[in-house]
Amino acid sequence: MMQAQDLLRLKEIARRTRRLIIESVAEAGSGHPGGSLSAVELVVALYFHKMRHDPKNPKWEDRDRFILSKGHAAPLLYSVLAQAGYFPVEELKTLRKLGSMLQGHPDFRTPGVEYCAGSEGIGLSVGIGLALAAKLDGKGYRTYVLLGDGEMQEGQIWEAAMAAVKYRLDNLTAIVDRNGIQQDGLTENIMPLEPLAAKWQAFNWNVIQIDGYDFEQIIDAYNKAEETLNRPTVIIAHTTKGKGVSFMEWSPQWHGQAPKKEQVSKILEEMGLL
Amino acid sequence: MSKTSKMGDMRTGYGEALAELGSMRKDVVVVGADTTQSLKTSLFGYKFPERFFNIGIAESNAVSIAAGLALAGKIAFVSTYAAFIPGKCVDQIRNAIAYPNLNVKIVASHAGLSVGPDGASHQQVEDIATMRAIPNMKVLAPADEYSTRRLVFAIAESSGPCYMRLARPKSPVVYDDARFAIGSSNILRDGSDVAIVACGLMVAEALDAADILAQEGISCRVIDMYSIKPIDSDAIVKAARDTGAIVTAEEHNILGGLGSAVAEVVCEHAPCIMKRVGVKDTFGESGEHDELLAKYGLKARDIASAAREVVRLKR
Ligand SMILES: Cc1ncc(C[n+]2csc(CCOP(=O)(O)OP(=O)(O)O)c2C)c(N)n1
Ligand SMILES: [Mg+2]
Repeated sequence: MMQAQDLLRLKEIARRTRRLIIESVAEAGSGHPGGSLSAVELVVALYFHKMRHDPKNPKWEDRDRFILSKGHAAPLLYSVLAQAGYFPVEELKTLRKLGSMLQGHPDFRTPGVEYCAGSEGIGLSVGIGLALAAKLDGKGYRTYVLLGDGEMQEGQIWEAAMAAVKYRLDNLTAIVDRNGIQQDGLTENIMPLEPLAAKWQAFNWNVIQIDGYDFEQIIDAYNKAEETLNRPTVIIAHTTKGKGVSFMEWSPQWHGQAPKKEQVSKILEEMGLL
Repeated sequence: MSKTSKMGDMRTGYGEALAELGSMRKDVVVVGADTTQSLKTSLFGYKFPERFFNIGIAESNAVSIAAGLALAGKIAFVSTYAAFIPGKCVDQIRNAIAYPNLNVKIVASHAGLSVGPDGASHQQVEDIATMRAIPNMKVLAPADEYSTRRLVFAIAESSGPCYMRLARPKSPVVYDDARFAIGSSNILRDGSDVAIVACGLMVAEALDAADILAQEGISCRVIDMYSIKPIDSDAIVKAARDTGAIVTAEEHNILGGLGSAVAEVVCEHAPCIMKRVGVKDTFGESGEHDELLAKYGLKARDIASAAREVVRLKR
């Protein structure tokens, strides 16, 4: 069980993260708010509770690794890394601008970024490479990979799903942001994914389904993944694209469109962040 | 010809032409990959839902399905962002489309640096090189909305595989009327001191460069080399012989693209001094499109200074 105080702290960080996402994407004038907002709690729980990492020493060999395979959610990753202390929060204002360390999609020039994603479908395989190397080197670090649900339409995801089981990668956890929406519309209309849990089960993964906004469920799932031996775990997190901003929720339109700067204060007010 | 102040949108040109083509020919089918609103192939999809297939975020699958449709006699158009088709599925394009010489027309948008703030992962600057190196594949890069429209019909008429790259932003209209044929090119302005051979959005920049040079008394021929493969060798040889100095301009790596294609012809048939304007074998980065063009040396002034240099060197 989590301490009530811990829970409050995580919730507060999640609120601030949403605010930073809205502000930075609006300032940039482009970007992907929907898929950034949908996975806030999942990533906050990793960086502020679960993962062993050191913002003062981003290259620490034994750190746990996080790969944002759905790289378009970069504003989420950057907002979390900044709050964790990898770089000043003010940097977020430079998102997507010429010369910024905060590229439109994750890039090695940002401290704390583990992998340059942007082309969907690749991150889980890279995670397998990291997890294999950890075993080779006798290291205890864990690797977490956040996937979009639309991203799972890429065949490579399922190639990776097979490989992770072959090598019994119990140090690898995949997290699926199951928000039901991709760029053109609903996943189940564009290219149906269901029955999704059964697919992963058939590939012999340990499958856990959770509410992607309940910190206790999230952390419990991360712990169970760590306790599970000899096979990888996938956490299917049921989420809402655009979570927290009423007009963005469940709207494919807000997948890749920035709010106008004039809209920001209204959004923050509605979210109780002003 | 000068570029006009009117702006056009290649994707609108593509989507509308495709929908029109669909009414003319029942054997045209369209395959998408979760970006059909953005590419405007959805315009075809609304009109002909039974001939429209959105395969989701699965580019290798999409191009291979297009191959199967073509194998059964269809003219299959397949589209998404150039970073992903051809970027993500060069093997499928090679083995499932080009090798069997199938009637698949790959039309990709957001090529070059034009996707701007999305950054390097989405900026496709190798596609001309990779596609050009595959036997049977034709490669086109239209300069504006008008030429995009015309070329949609031209590639539908041609047999075998074809790759056409489009840019993301609204861009100056270069043409009000012209003829387009695969393997041909258009001289947009004649001149005798230097020839600028450009493709895609660089054609408008080349016209601006010619204006700059004209003020300095340098007479510039501007050629829109929209067909990069097959390439209009006659036009290149003639330009080399007439002017003795050639500059190429492309929103693509200087390795393997238009500049290389032109250099191959020039070296073999009419050697002359030449310079290539393009991305200098580096990845891009986030920034507004225009800022990136400036940073990577792809503006009219950069083309003009390359032109000045070749003019100086040939003397
Ligand atoms: C390989 C690839 N194809 C296409 C895209 C363009 N694209 C960016 S995000 C996106 C939709 C993503 O949907 P999903 O994976 O469900 O992400 P989320 O809903 O979490 O934002 C698409 C098609 C891409 N980035 N990579
Ligand atoms: Mg999704």
